[in-house]
Amino acid sequence: MAARSTLTQSNMAGWGFALPAFALLAVFIILPFFFAFAFSLTDQRLISPNPTRYVGFENYERLLGMNILRIEPARDDAGQIVRDANGDPTYPRVRTFTRNNPDLPHLQGMREWFGWRSGDDRVVVLARDVLFMKSLVNTLTFVIAIVPLQGGGALLLALLINQRLRGINAFRAIYFMPVVISIVVVSLLWRFIYDGNDGVLNNILHGLTLGAFQPIDWLGRTDTALASIIVMSAWQAVGFHMVIWLAGLQTISPTYYEVATIEGANKWQTFRYITWPGLRNTAVLVFIVITIQAFALFAQIDVMTNGGPLDSTQTLVFQAIERGYGKQDISGGSTIAVILFFVVLAISLVQRYLTRERT
Amino acid sequence: MALVAPENTGVRLGVRYAVLLLVAVVFVFPLVFMVISSLKPDHQLLSDTSSLRAFLPVGDISLNNYVAAFERAPIGRFVMNSVLVTVVTVTCSVILCSIAAFSFVYMNWRGRDLLLSVVLATLIIPFETIAIPLLLLVSRLPWMGLEGVTIGWLNTYRVQIIPWIVDALTVFLFVQYFKDLPKELIEAARAEGASWWQIYRRVVMPLSGPVLATAAILKSLKMYNEQYLWPLIVVQDEAHRPIMVGLGYFFQLDVAWGELMAYLSVISVPILAFYLILQRAFIASIASTGVKG
Repeated sequence: MAARSTLTQSNMAGWGFALPAFALLAVFIILPFFFAFAFSLTDQRLISPNPTRYVGFENYERLLGMNILRIEPARDDAGQIVRDANGDPTYPRVRTFTRNNPDLPHLQGMREWFGWRSGDDRVVVLARDVLFMKSLVNTLTFVIAIVPLQGGGALLLALLINQRLRGINAFRAIYFMPVVISIVVVSLLWRFIYDGNDGVLNNILHGLTLGAFQPIDWLGRTDTALASIIVMSAWQAVGFHMVIWLAGLQTISPTYYEVATIEGANKWQTFRYITWPGLRNTAVLVFIVITIQAFALFAQIDVMTNGGPLDSTQTLVFQAIERGYGKQDISGGSTIAVILFFVVLAISLVQRYLTRERT
Repeated sequence: MALVAPENTGVRLGVRYAVLLLVAVVFVFPLVFMVISSLKPDHQLLSDTSSLRAFLPVGDISLNNYVAAFERAPIGRFVMNSVLVTVVTVTCSVILCSIAAFSFVYMNWRGRDLLLSVVLATLIIPFETIAIPLLLLVSRLPWMGLEGVTIGWLNTYRVQIIPWIVDALTVFLFVQYFKDLPKELIEAARAEGASWWQIYRRVVMPLSGPVLATAAILKSLKMYNEQYLWPLIVVQDEAHRPIMVGLGYFFQLDVAWGELMAYLSVISVPILAFYLILQRAFIASIASTGVKG
């Protein structure tokens, strides 16, 4: 905050100067932010002949509703468990519990998300909106993977660049290059690199392993699609955070390093006790920025996979847009946005707490 | 840097450069591939990927893909749209945000600290969380034009410009910079009877070159490169479509790889060249978002 100066109070002029910018911010960021909360409690649609109704927390219930169902194995008339050819018990279908079952009205319309065996029983986790749950898990996976990959990778690059070598600035410039390329362009480019048939990556791996490597359709398989997008996203943005880390490294006084050398500290000790503590504030900033950006994952998905294969790359923002814009379901899209906001807020607070200054 | 540390000699030096070079290849190869591929016909482009030829301008090299790409889609129009939106937004942004920051830092007025806190609090709101309610809002906003009052901002330039003018980061950059300028300058000008507007125009702005460059570079990158989600949902007509959404023409049905690479090069190479020329300013502007953050 600006220090109190000797200048006199100038209320009119002060407001007048701040107002144009603040008005735009209020109308186009703050207002829609509160709209998101308001719409999430209604059945608002983009265009609708019916008036908008207040529906309470119905939208949230529809997205977040979950239940656990314990299914006993099917038994024959003698009370013996019916087993299949492999000797595994067989179970009645989940839908017999979730479709028009008068005894279990609270499970009506739920679908199986995942399940496991527990003794002879089968435990099934049901979700009212399995697609939403998948996109939530995918988004969290993306964040958890990309924060250390991109943040840590950027720190390694910064340490690599922070050497006194001739021509080092040229390398810094090269590492930064993908940052000035649009993520949309990068995504399209990497679609070709990841291609299952003529992809550059498959050909490189094929060459490096002298032909032992079998080509993979990187974006077409449920077990590699999200990981491929993670690696590409880190590749594009890592130079950005390298520069932030570099700025942080340069605030550390060279005197500390001289003392460390005199004391005979090795490289790891120098990093652990001088460099890393000096980067504490930078670390908070880098990790929060990457986290918030990672939760917004959309363009890569829209350009590369459209959420597939088999929903393995669905994300929260992709679903929010698909529903809010694609299906014109403003309230549904807003509800996902509100949930997204609270997740981002919670994680920022946790990160801030974990990396707080200890005095 | 001219100084070379004494331990960097001989083999160790060689290893260091080898590592630096290897990492450089990782960052450069997709971009080289993009430009080289844009010069090749599709069948050669695909067969070349199995060897290093993918990264070399060999074989049947021509600008045919560029000609075909411009015929397939109104690329000139898309580029013009993006440049227009970028230039207008960036200009308005640095003006309005610097004026507001000036007021936050130098002027004393009731509610100032509260208002600045509100502005900075919006840093934590990702655009993606307000996109949907904002879509509804702009679809119902009125506009006073030459032909009278119309309702709805969809399929216009203004819907791509006005919501993007003010953002907390730009205000924050100016606030940080202004706080470090010597207060005495402003107080002296004030004592001589200069108006606030004169102080802003004549005293503060001439000293603000670095922060203006930073704010303009960051905002330009955002407007030119990252405008995808928003125009995707608010601009359906071709006349106002920006470049990133225009890419849709090239990957919807069966992908014409050569033409696609040509289009990617057309929209990326100018900004890459711009970056390489102004490299120090670009990197300094990113670095300045980190200090004191």
